[in-house]
Amino acid sequence: MLMKGNKIRGQLAALSIAAVVIIVGVPLWWRTTETYRAWLPVSQIKQLAKLQLQLSADVEVVFARGTVTPEQQKKVPLTQTQEEEHAVDGDTMLRYRFETRYRTATIMEEDALNKPTAAGADESLHTLSESPCGSLVFYVIPELSLLLPKDTDVYIGQRRTALLRVSSQVGVGRTLEQLLAQLEPRIKQVLQVMSFSHTDVSAVLSDRVRFNPDSKEGIADSMRAFKSSPGYEITFSLLNPDPTSHQLHWDIEGAVQTYIQPLLTKLSPVANFSIDSQTLYYSVLGVKPRFDSSCDAYTLNADSLAHVINPVEARLGSNAASSNPVLNFLLYVPDAHHSPLKIQDHRKQEVPSNAFHSPRWGGIMVYNVNGFYEPEAELPVDISINMAEVMGVFLAQLRLLLGVQSSPPPPGFLVAPRGSSGLADWELDRLMWSRCVENIATATTTITSLAQLLDQISNIVINDNIAEQVSSAVNSLQLAVAELEAGNLKYALQLSKEAILASEKAFFDPSLLHLLYFPDDQKFAIYIPLFLPMCVPILLSLIKMASEARQKRREKLAKKD
Amino acid sequence: VAYLCFYSVQLSNMLAAIIMLIFICFCVHFQNTAGQFFSSGHTNNWAVLVCTSRFWFNYRHVANTLSVYRSVKRLGIPDSHIVLMLADDMACNHRNPKPATVFSHRNMELNVYGDDVEVDYRGYEVTVENFLRVLTGRLPPSTPRSKRLLSDDRSNILIYLTGHGGNGFLKFQDSEEISNVELADAFEQMWQKRRYNELLFIIDTCQGASMYERFYSPNIMALASSQVGEDSLSHQPDLAIGVHLMDRYTFYLLEFLEDIHPASKSNMNDLFKVCPKSQCVSTPGHRTDLFLRDPGSVLITDFFGSVRKVEITMEAIHLTDPILQLEDGEEVQEKTYSYVDQLPVSEIIHQKPKQKDWHPPDGFILGLWTLILLVFFKTYGIKHLKHIF
Repeated sequence: MLMKGNKIRGQLAALSIAAVVIIVGVPLWWRTTETYRAWLPVSQIKQLAKLQLQLSADVEVVFARGTVTPEQQKKVPLTQTQEEEHAVDGDTMLRYRFETRYRTATIMEEDALNKPTAAGADESLHTLSESPCGSLVFYVIPELSLLLPKDTDVYIGQRRTALLRVSSQVGVGRTLEQLLAQLEPRIKQVLQVMSFSHTDVSAVLSDRVRFNPDSKEGIADSMRAFKSSPGYEITFSLLNPDPTSHQLHWDIEGAVQTYIQPLLTKLSPVANFSIDSQTLYYSVLGVKPRFDSSCDAYTLNADSLAHVINPVEARLGSNAASSNPVLNFLLYVPDAHHSPLKIQDHRKQEVPSNAFHSPRWGGIMVYNVNGFYEPEAELPVDISINMAEVMGVFLAQLRLLLGVQSSPPPPGFLVAPRGSSGLADWELDRLMWSRCVENIATATTTITSLAQLLDQISNIVINDNIAEQVSSAVNSLQLAVAELEAGNLKYALQLSKEAILASEKAFFDPSLLHLLYFPDDQKFAIYIPLFLPMCVPILLSLIKMASEARQKRREKLAKKD
Repeated sequence: VAYLCFYSVQLSNMLAAIIMLIFICFCVHFQNTAGQFFSSGHTNNWAVLVCTSRFWFNYRHVANTLSVYRSVKRLGIPDSHIVLMLADDMACNHRNPKPATVFSHRNMELNVYGDDVEVDYRGYEVTVENFLRVLTGRLPPSTPRSKRLLSDDRSNILIYLTGHGGNGFLKFQDSEEISNVELADAFEQMWQKRRYNELLFIIDTCQGASMYERFYSPNIMALASSQVGEDSLSHQPDLAIGVHLMDRYTFYLLEFLEDIHPASKSNMNDLFKVCPKSQCVSTPGHRTDLFLRDPGSVLITDFFGSVRKVEITMEAIHLTDPILQLEDGEEVQEKTYSYVDQLPVSEIIHQKPKQKDWHPPDGFILGLWTLILLVFFKTYGIKHLKHIF
């Protein structure tokens, strides 16, 4: 009897140990060895992966007196919508929507259009009403108007207006529909120049859609301009290789304040800029210029320009404390023995600006000072650099490097010279459209690849702050896409900037480093010495119990029989 | 007459061939100059050069890395675009008979340490974690610019690793290792974030080819000094310094690169021929299946140098406003600056001790099981052992 009681006690002990191990131990081990992964909005991220953007712009077409007959004037207030859809690749689809509103000009606008010059008309039209960001106003003027010169049909102003000349080739009895049909291709052409076009927007998506052989200019543009970044650092450097001959003075602070700052202030919705300047002495170009007797000057030909930048760059240094991209603008004053120094292009022609730029790096201008002093003057000569000339070139290079399109306008178009800020309003709008799309595309790619990465590697810990950043990025992205659809360009750009900041912060968080790669055999090697000594006695006792029970049952059956 | 006919036919054939050849040459030349902007698709160059071994007898690994650094700098990549990681300081090592030098040739012909070496990660900072952080960009916000790889989607990156390696891993600092899977994953993360346009990966270790076996991201070209199962051998010892100065593969690589200048047109096929088996004893390998361009059209200077694309500035803006005279800042003079506390001593003193993660004490498991067994035997006695076994 005692033996049987002991046996039952032994069996109960084994069973209870097994129960504790399985019911308490295994879940405890699972919970203590799992990684903390905060919740991510994965379904919303998957939705965002299919990028469907709609860009809308409002266009107002105003008919001046003399372009429509009085009967047509009554019918004129009408609205048309044009939509175009382009599928860039499997995941990306772009839709462009122009909502065109036609109306006749008010009396004040007629007065403004009666100004003697197009520029004057533009200015007074601007004082009448200011168009919101992203929208455009076209004024249709009669053919015989003296506002535009003979061979130009379109005048593109500094703000968001354009003057179109309509030809009255079709007879007087034309209907409104015929007039509109005649205007439509011209309006489309102007919109290609002043507002977004498919080539620009898809060039910006070159990240997402890698091999887009559409247009070489598009590729060149996308390679030249800096990628969208929340801030840029601009450095102006004066290189003086010959301080014994030339003592150079440049009023860089004043020049930056007068010429560069207005542009940067205008661009403040797009990015922040920080400027600094320096002077480098005894720094030479890496290339020896050759003396060309035909133009009586030393020349640098286009092929050797590529090798100029590197030796200089090593000496430039950087004042940047942030990781923002740096734009370098160098002003090189050649030494007295190699003056004047001219740059020649591929066709051996002189370049009027005497400057060149490198994509995504900056620009270099060569400023000759040999004309400022007599050959017998006492060295060193004090030279004051004409900052207006220099900044004119640098401003043009800055525009190119920041992505303001540089393609020449179609024939028959006259583009107003840029104002004091160096950037027309409609150019700013175009930049904002492309930046907005670029930001949204980049943020989407970042978030989707982050989600994919976290899904693939189950060992990475996802902290709460990362989940927060991801959620806020997803929110901002959805709002930005909605605002873009509605046509609120400024808000869309702001939201896209927030989205990209949040997504970059989440992606590049230092805690997301997947450092430990556990191959399966290593996992087994760790766990077996811990669990095998414990499991073997339990398993064996359970097996023993089961075999005893089976034997008992067999005996019972045998007894029955 | 038959002979004449025959010769004339032959002549005309030759003439046609010559004309075709000239035409083709002309076409190629034309395409080269016009298409230079688009052929490589990169606008800047970066280099990440890593030496992973420490201790004096691994002098050759530091010399390897420094010679590649030297070539890359000579061909134009500035220090701001090079991340140099050296795991130990050989130039100022106590055992260096010629301090402040690192030689790559016997008879001390070439000092690769030079005058302006900028080492970004040195000594114990060279760890697998830091290397992966540099590649993926996941550095803490306080990291200075010189320690970051700030590449974008138009950057060509050269990555050079050297040290001791094995089948599928590379040893860092004699204490940890990076596996080929981790490296491949890091490159994939770089590709996802478009942190490179094209990547050239060179590794000089034993069984180096195993490190590039697992790559799966596009636009990567890889070279290794030896195949799986082979050892990468060192070149020559120097009796004065007392250690081997360079590894064979990098020695011949350096010789090859000394002939390259910034305008050189040598391509990758020449690089693949560097150090054949007769010179290297091991068989160098390369991998180009992930690379989209034909290696014959890839210039050496696309990765080792920094030839910038250049455009002439055609237009300038005509500015007419006179320069504003800034008011003299009397306020500017007034502002006095002071340094921020370098060591926030008050914060450190009053800081609470950091909460460390709790770990069970050592030998816990062993003690636990001993306890359980003791209790069991005390309760039931030794003879009940047969219930268990």
